[in-house]
Amino acid sequence: MAQRQRINLKVNGVEYEGEVEPRKLLVDFLREDLELLGTHVGCEHGVCGACTILLNGKAVRSCLMLAVQADGAELTTIEGLAQGAQLHPIQEAFHEHHGLQCGFCTPGMLLTSHEFLQENPSPTREEAKKAISGVLCRCTGYKQVIDSVMAAAETMKNE
Amino acid sequence: MPDPEARRWVGKRYKRKEDLRLLIGEGKFVDDIQLPKMKHAAIIRSPYPHALIKNIDTTQAEKLPGVRGILTGQDVKEMSKPFPCGVPIPPKYYSCAVDKVRYVGEPVAVVVADSRYIAEDALDLIQVDYEPLPVVMDIEEAAEPDAPVLHDNIGSNIYSHRLMQYGEPAKAFEEADLLVKGKFLFPKYGSTPIETYAVVASYNPVNQEFVIYNNYQGPFVNHSLVALALGIPENKMRWIVPTDIGGGFGTKTGVFPYIALIALASKKTGMTVKWIEDRREHLLASATGTDRVTYMEAAVKRDGTILALKDKAMDNTGGYIRAPEPGCAYRSTGNHTGAYQIRHLDREVMVVGTNKCLTSPNRGYTCQELYFSVERLVDMVAAQLGMDPAEIRFKNFIQPDQFPYTTATGGIYDAGNYQKAFQKALDIVDYPKWRQEQEKARQQGRYIGIGIATIVDPSVTNIAYVTTALTPEQRAKGHPKSGSGESMTIKMDPLGQVHVIACTNPQGQGHETVISQIVADELGIDPDGITVSNVVDTHDRVYTITTGSYSSRFASVGTNALVNATRKLKDKLFKIAAHLLEVSPDELVLENQKFHVKDQPEKSIAVRHVAGTAHWHQTALPEGMDVGLFASSLITMPTSKPPDELDRVDSSNTYGFCCEVIVVEIDPETCEIKFHKWASMHDSGTVLNPMILEGQVMGSITHGLGGALYEEFAYDENGQCLTASFQDYLCPTSMEVPDIDIGHVETPSPFTALGSKGAGEASCESVPVAVANAIADALAPLGVVINELPLTPSKIWHLIKEAKAKQA
Repeated sequence: MAQRQRINLKVNGVEYEGEVEPRKLLVDFLREDLELLGTHVGCEHGVCGACTILLNGKAVRSCLMLAVQADGAELTTIEGLAQGAQLHPIQEAFHEHHGLQCGFCTPGMLLTSHEFLQENPSPTREEAKKAISGVLCRCTGYKQVIDSVMAAAETMKNE
Repeated sequence: MPDPEARRWVGKRYKRKEDLRLLIGEGKFVDDIQLPKMKHAAIIRSPYPHALIKNIDTTQAEKLPGVRGILTGQDVKEMSKPFPCGVPIPPKYYSCAVDKVRYVGEPVAVVVADSRYIAEDALDLIQVDYEPLPVVMDIEEAAEPDAPVLHDNIGSNIYSHRLMQYGEPAKAFEEADLLVKGKFLFPKYGSTPIETYAVVASYNPVNQEFVIYNNYQGPFVNHSLVALALGIPENKMRWIVPTDIGGGFGTKTGVFPYIALIALASKKTGMTVKWIEDRREHLLASATGTDRVTYMEAAVKRDGTILALKDKAMDNTGGYIRAPEPGCAYRSTGNHTGAYQIRHLDREVMVVGTNKCLTSPNRGYTCQELYFSVERLVDMVAAQLGMDPAEIRFKNFIQPDQFPYTTATGGIYDAGNYQKAFQKALDIVDYPKWRQEQEKARQQGRYIGIGIATIVDPSVTNIAYVTTALTPEQRAKGHPKSGSGESMTIKMDPLGQVHVIACTNPQGQGHETVISQIVADELGIDPDGITVSNVVDTHDRVYTITTGSYSSRFASVGTNALVNATRKLKDKLFKIAAHLLEVSPDELVLENQKFHVKDQPEKSIAVRHVAGTAHWHQTALPEGMDVGLFASSLITMPTSKPPDELDRVDSSNTYGFCCEVIVVEIDPETCEIKFHKWASMHDSGTVLNPMILEGQVMGSITHGLGGALYEEFAYDENGQCLTASFQDYLCPTSMEVPDIDIGHVETPSPFTALGSKGAGEASCESVPVAVANAIADALAPLGVVINELPLTPSKIWHLIKEAKAKQA
């Protein structure tokens, strides 16, 4: 058994301190150690984007990082988007525009969109299309996902 | 049928109930299941496509701390039986290779350990000695008598072979003015759901019962087949599928060997075992659609009438064959002649084995293979006759007044107006304008092409179809099969609130939402207040052997069962209300949550009081009536009958229509394809929820587009899979999907309660060939032959280069 390493990090506003094996993937740490099961594993080689989370506000693929690399970071996962019963405007927009079907890639889509809309609050449709192109969805054909991102941009601008 | 005007919720853009858990990360998928003392499995897989297993040495792996046990092929052979399959001589297909491997990635042994990390460490310590054997990768070579044989008990690589005739094809071919033929190659591709296969199994040695969580798309026939393989009664194996499945698309409807394999690993190690397939395992060794070689010939009159088809189709189910195969070759029997009045058919079908990964249905289940030949050939016929490809389709369409229309092969097409839908698509694209544009472009050396496909989309599979793999004589000796049943249950609580219990376990199709809409209309209540539970639990749910979400069956038989159950409940409410008001039920009207006597609104009782009485005051009910408020319906489609002695079968029980009209331009330098215009027109009867339907159609189009341009499980000549990651197996991203005009024509089906039918697979079947037809049309002046997919830029570049060389 490999030696365990101590890490400190903040996930969805909650401080966490613990020990992990150095080889443990960040996504496995989130799912197994923190029981944050909303982050999904789709490919384990950084292509499908389902496991995308925010690390210090930036979208990263949690299957391509080790948990120890997140030491000292602030993370947001899908569980951290809504405020209690109040959905985030991006979640509202996906609900309104049918931006999800099976929901498996959805956490990655939402957090990717979140980072994108922070950087580009008034995107064109083509920009939104490009922004989500790193997340594979086999259900929607993407049209309604793009509709959702555009609608979310509109709502967030007016807030 | 209820008056459509009276529908308040069906047909509306009602937002999905499922979203409210999925959007916040509270979906329940198999990998989210944590059970006490749960251990983790990893599978060692064959690096060879065809080899004898000489020895497996697990000694070192067993010594690794954290390893709890190892299951090998020998254990699997001793503890289970091969899966049954509906072919004359089934191969010995176990959940793990026993003495020989037959494709790269085939399971060879399973390690159970305290974590997946340790289990994978242990795989490196297992020593397997193989003796490689000659491989066969090509469909036609596999059928040759001198090909390396995969299964000694069969003696050849031919799993299924049949000759079938419908009408008088020989006579029709004699009467033809013109014969047009082609050879068509359809690739091996799949829908690769983002959630891979997943199983959690536990075994109780005392009562000898298995409890198995999995993400299979139904209990369907697979529950029975896995029980047979495990050699146990079905009620000793409880299956549970949680509320959410991360995409299925048919990939999760083939026999799911890992359910048996992980169950055996649990039995051997005494542990509860979780196994989550990784992406490499999925792409190497899960399930894909079949690749197919088709030779097809049409007998045609000079005016464009297609009299007959003659075809030979060869499918490839890989290293073994497993249920529902050989369905690949027989599933589209009833709709073999597509949207046309073709009365004569000479069919030869063959299903062979090669050293490739195994197959399962793949969204559209071989209709994309079928229509790739039929619709390419129709275009070739038009070209030879100098006819417009739209005109030849109008010439041969089934007419609106011919429905219900029985096809030469026994399909009973319920409803349609193909002319209307097709014309609408041509109008949206402005077809005549683009023909003129094409003419101009050709003069400038640009490649613009218009691709058309007009197809019939079967939904609600009748399980009888698979018995057409046997001759009528063989069928007469066997056990007949028929049906396409579904089950729904509805209950009302003492306060009058409604809960629906379904077992359709969808993979994103929004059944909880649509069920709520339908029940709201039937009972005149608000859909927001209705709750739905939709999971599979073979012990706790009432279901049929065909239950599940596959073959687009919810909108047809699912809604029939739901409406039937709801009306039973409503009927009971009327009877109780009438009894309490001392009138007869037909004197009552249900309005605003109240029953009142016609023309006497003051003589009334609220629904919730009727519900309260049914539960709290049981002796107040009419004599002989069951207490409580609960109704179930388990029904099949009326046309879901066995094949007749002439092999005619209504292989599906409702049939939608779909057409694509696509304008493309090919860049002569890069061979990149640009979509100028695309109309996708659908007739799936009554629209239940236009928002969900749009999502289904867009998803379906995108799967079709992947098959047309990007996706293929490629192998080298030595049998190695070249596409075992998402960097090599290319799925369309958002950048590849163009703007598409989707439209609908609604011709209600007379066979369903609401007139609705399946819609989510149609464009998977039409898009691959429509794109191919567009590319063929664009390159027609060069005389390029388009007869295979995917049409990658490099393939098109080579075709153009060869054609130009020939012209020079």
